[in-house]
Amino acid sequence: MAASTPSRIPDLLEKHQSKLVASWLEQQLAAGSLRAGQIKEDELKEQSQKFLREFLGGLKSAHADDVMGPGWSTVRELLGEFSRSRALQGFTPSDTATFIFSLKEPLFTLLREEIKGNAQALGDEIWTATKLIDKLGLYTAEIYQQSRDDIIKRQAQELLELSTPVVELWDKILALPLIGTLDSERTQTVMENLLNHIVKSGAEIAIIDITGVPTVDTLVAQHLIKTVSAARLMGADCIISGIRPQIAQTIVHLGLQLDVVSKATMADAFALALKRTGQAVARAAARPA
Amino acid sequence: MEQIPILKIGRCLLVSIQIDMHDRLALALQDDLTQKLVETRARGVLIDISALDLVDSFIGRMLSNIAAMARVLDAQTVVVGMRPQVAITLVELGLTLTGIQTALDVDRGLALINRLIDAEGEDGAGGAH
Repeated sequence: MAASTPSRIPDLLEKHQSKLVASWLEQQLAAGSLRAGQIKEDELKEQSQKFLREFLGGLKSAHADDVMGPGWSTVRELLGEFSRSRALQGFTPSDTATFIFSLKEPLFTLLREEIKGNAQALGDEIWTATKLIDKLGLYTAEIYQQSRDDIIKRQAQELLELSTPVVELWDKILALPLIGTLDSERTQTVMENLLNHIVKSGAEIAIIDITGVPTVDTLVAQHLIKTVSAARLMGADCIISGIRPQIAQTIVHLGLQLDVVSKATMADAFALALKRTGQAVARAAARPA
Repeated sequence: MEQIPILKIGRCLLVSIQIDMHDRLALALQDDLTQKLVETRARGVLIDISALDLVDSFIGRMLSNIAAMARVLDAQTVVVGMRPQVAITLVELGLTLTGIQTALDVDRGLALINRLIDAEGEDGAGGAH
């Protein structure tokens, strides 16, 4: 088997490296790896050359058949970096994996040319190469998946933060425009955000605007009440504003007790907040016409 | 034995809780506070819990008790300086300390208590004078 006689692949690779790179590149270009100019041909060529060099290094290492072993660490690093950048650039998983798998054809052609007449040896070499390339391809796909997951996680986090802004409207008055459905996790973030802002700005009144909340059911109401209670414990009063007609009806039909001052619009709520904090906004006397 | 100091500021008593409360300490505090209230004829009690990063149902109940006792002695109680995390925990526990006034810090608490006392003075038809 392949283990008994040392593989000829490293020697062949070394000898025909430039030829192999050329045909491999051709193969990749035919498969559409450039993705309409998202990466340049030069870049792809450089990546391919670099990979082949490291691949050769891996083959020459002590445990050439163990892709997860220390001998292949630089190859893995290179592939990891490569898959991550592809994931960020919006390549599909098959595009990314094609990078590795398209090496098979030129490599096999090379082997066929070099080991003519010895079917047994040729079979063994091809088998060795296939095993390695398959493993590396799977590794690429795995890393690609991982980076995609990371991106999704980060976006979810950003969405969560984006959707819970706390706005300082006036001295001692904060506004909290809620957009989207209030679930337990979001309520937690909203509450923390609001309370931290209350401490930071020393606000006495927080206006919670629910214009952007599509539906108010018992659960959402409970979350609202929780937020209001927590703010009250910190010494800040809450006003709920932006209650749409349908929502007012729903609240009554469900028999919900909100136990907070509520106003139809943010403007009304703001006026009340100004009054409660003993402030006023006056129209400037006679504007020049 | 450890003791929680009670300071008089104007018409108010300031109690700053900075150590973990336990049964005996809570009882001692209630004793001291009612004593002081009667002695000084203070009209308000400020309880500062900004140093506590854990408030459980026991402390919640103690605060409610103190507020009730102070009310009997014609004094307003305001709890000040609750941390955000503490507020969230209390709400999750379902303890919203109804019947207790709250303020962000001692400064605002003092202002609130003075407002409350003044309002009461107007309503109460000058009973204290």
